[in-house]
Amino acid sequence: MSQPVQFLYLYDGSFAGFLTCVFESYARAEEPACFSLFDDPRTALWPERAVETDREKAERVYRSLSRRISPEVQRWVRHGFLTCAPEKERRLYDFIRLAYRAGPAVIRDLTDPRVAPLHTALLHLWKEAHLFQGFVRFSDQGGILCGQISPKNRVLPLLRPHFCARFPRERLLLYDRTHREALLYQPRQWAILPMEDLQLADPSQEELAYRQLWRRFYDTIAIRERENPRCRMTHMPKRYWDDMTEFQTDGAAPGTALART
Amino acid sequence: MELLDKLTILADAAKYDAACTSSGVGRAGRGGMGSALPAGCCHSFSADGRCISLLKVLMTNRCRYDCAYCVNRRSNDVPRAAFTPRELCELTMGFYRRNYIEGLFLSSAVLRDPDYTTEQMIAVLTLLREGCGFGGYIHAKAIPGADPLLTHRLGLLCDRLSVNIELPSQRSLALLAPDKTRASILGPMEQIRDGVARSRQELVRYRHAPRFAPAGQSTQMIVGATPETDLQILRLSQGLYRRYQLKRVFYSAYMPVSDSNLLPARQGFRPPLLREHRLYQADWLLRFYHFDAGELLDEDHPHFDPRLDPKCGWALRHPEFFPVEVNRADYEALLRVPGLGVTSARRILAARRAGPLTFEGLKTLGVVLKRARYFLTCSGRCAPGAARLRPEDLFFRLADPLPGQSAGALPGQLSLFPPAI
Ligand code: SF4
Repeated sequence: MSQPVQFLYLYDGSFAGFLTCVFESYARAEEPACFSLFDDPRTALWPERAVETDREKAERVYRSLSRRISPEVQRWVRHGFLTCAPEKERRLYDFIRLAYRAGPAVIRDLTDPRVAPLHTALLHLWKEAHLFQGFVRFSDQGGILCGQISPKNRVLPLLRPHFCARFPRERLLLYDRTHREALLYQPRQWAILPMEDLQLADPSQEELAYRQLWRRFYDTIAIRERENPRCRMTHMPKRYWDDMTEFQTDGAAPGTALART
Repeated sequence: MELLDKLTILADAAKYDAACTSSGVGRAGRGGMGSALPAGCCHSFSADGRCISLLKVLMTNRCRYDCAYCVNRRSNDVPRAAFTPRELCELTMGFYRRNYIEGLFLSSAVLRDPDYTTEQMIAVLTLLREGCGFGGYIHAKAIPGADPLLTHRLGLLCDRLSVNIELPSQRSLALLAPDKTRASILGPMEQIRDGVARSRQELVRYRHAPRFAPAGQSTQMIVGATPETDLQILRLSQGLYRRYQLKRVFYSAYMPVSDSNLLPARQGFRPPLLREHRLYQADWLLRFYHFDAGELLDEDHPHFDPRLDPKCGWALRHPEFFPVEVNRADYEALLRVPGLGVTSARRILAARRAGPLTFEGLKTLGVVLKRARYFLTCSGRCAPGAARLRPEDLFFRLADPLPGQSAGALPGQLSLFPPAI
């Protein structure tokens, strides 16, 4: 068999765009050497192949992942795209190729170098999303519940069903600073949209009162004779603290952490 | 009194209760506010490293009773307060909306009498569930001695309903909590068990049957205030799991809160945190690893060695069981290997279907081999450096250093070995 020609695939960074790349590479029987965004200024060694996102092609690939392999493999790919693993597109691509050959059992083969790193990245994503279900803090800003986070992975799509189901009658805004996007919700409607920045108004008296009550509860509930900073840090690493009410001092609204960066 | 002060007093009075879990029930949002996750959810961790999931408070800390081990006992001179049902309802909703908490953990001292106290708690939960449409998690403590009808109503409003067993033996209870009897504690436990079972049956028949404490019940006992051995404690837990289908038994290292001469002297007393930790590990072995209390301890060894994880202790006493072959052993056998947990065992079973596993392969799987390597073979081969260790060497490799000591610095270390090894 001759070695297929390798290309640098350029795409728009969206999940549909990535799936279109997968479609094109199969259609052209060529292998992407790596992936880059359209506006990435770096130059590469490979000839470039610019791929315009095509919803229909993307959906064909997406459906076939589930039909020809399994819904679980489809979920791995969908979630894998949200992880912060370096060269995640290339890794996902290798995994998809392997999955088409090996079938649904592929996700059990956790010693394979194409499966193990993806699995690790997914565990990291799922763990982070799980932690944020608890660690997100909202402030009531004129009737809208606003929160901000700095996750490593793109957790908003995973947090969306949880928070929308939990607060069905509220209006929500949850901002992801790292990836500059926000989850917006109002009854029966949601969207995840790019957002450059989020500036919040000063909190109301009521909001300040609740924060103070919470901080007091937090400080009171610890048993002094059992103090264990290491254990706390293991369960709740410092990087989450900035946005958590219990570690903020009065007057400082969540989000003032923005000013520091 | 300001709400802030009340919260301070009533959270402080509730902090010794170990349970803060919100697990055991899944519920989607129902139009009002709130949902519940089967696995529970931690919203924060306090400075002592414990999970904060629920707003854990007492309805009131004004108590008629005088349990010697309790900060809220009548004879103790501490500030007292009580929430009104409306206050507590608003506080819970305010915290919940901001995602500070997963729900409410409501307990109470005995104000006036058990019935009145339970009615107050029912008032809070009714406001929450019916007034505010609150669908978050609620754990309530049943008050021993309350009318069973009231306890039943409480159970219909909450996800978990539980009673504290308080102390590991009837004798200690009689001595330290003269107002409570074993019967007044086991009675509600039985009632809750039967209520949960009945409600499950009814739910099968019609979907809208009222749900009684769908997340079951748990209990808590204080360790180190009274002379019971680890073996007695573990047997009690095992009995409670089996007879009352408890979800959890919590162990709480005694904190010196009293000068009563029935209790360890306050001066220089160090809460037995390590012992508590070992009991939790052993409890875990009972619930998820198919161990029996009698396997872990016996009359000749009624206490855990503080330096050893109970599973390591068992493994050292049972060399005939090892080594376990990674590529052939069944799930049960894998679970008995020190250092292998439920997740690792499952991963091994899944991965070896794709081909035989090596120690390298185990590492890729994310299996931690620090302890397990001494007890496993992969296709007949031992881990490098793990073959032919003498039992006492093995002991040192498995032991945790005690606080302030290194593992090797203990006198009499070998006396713990039964002659068989
Ligand atoms: S009844 Fe409860 S609150 Fe009152 S003294 Fe006994 S343990 Fe403490």
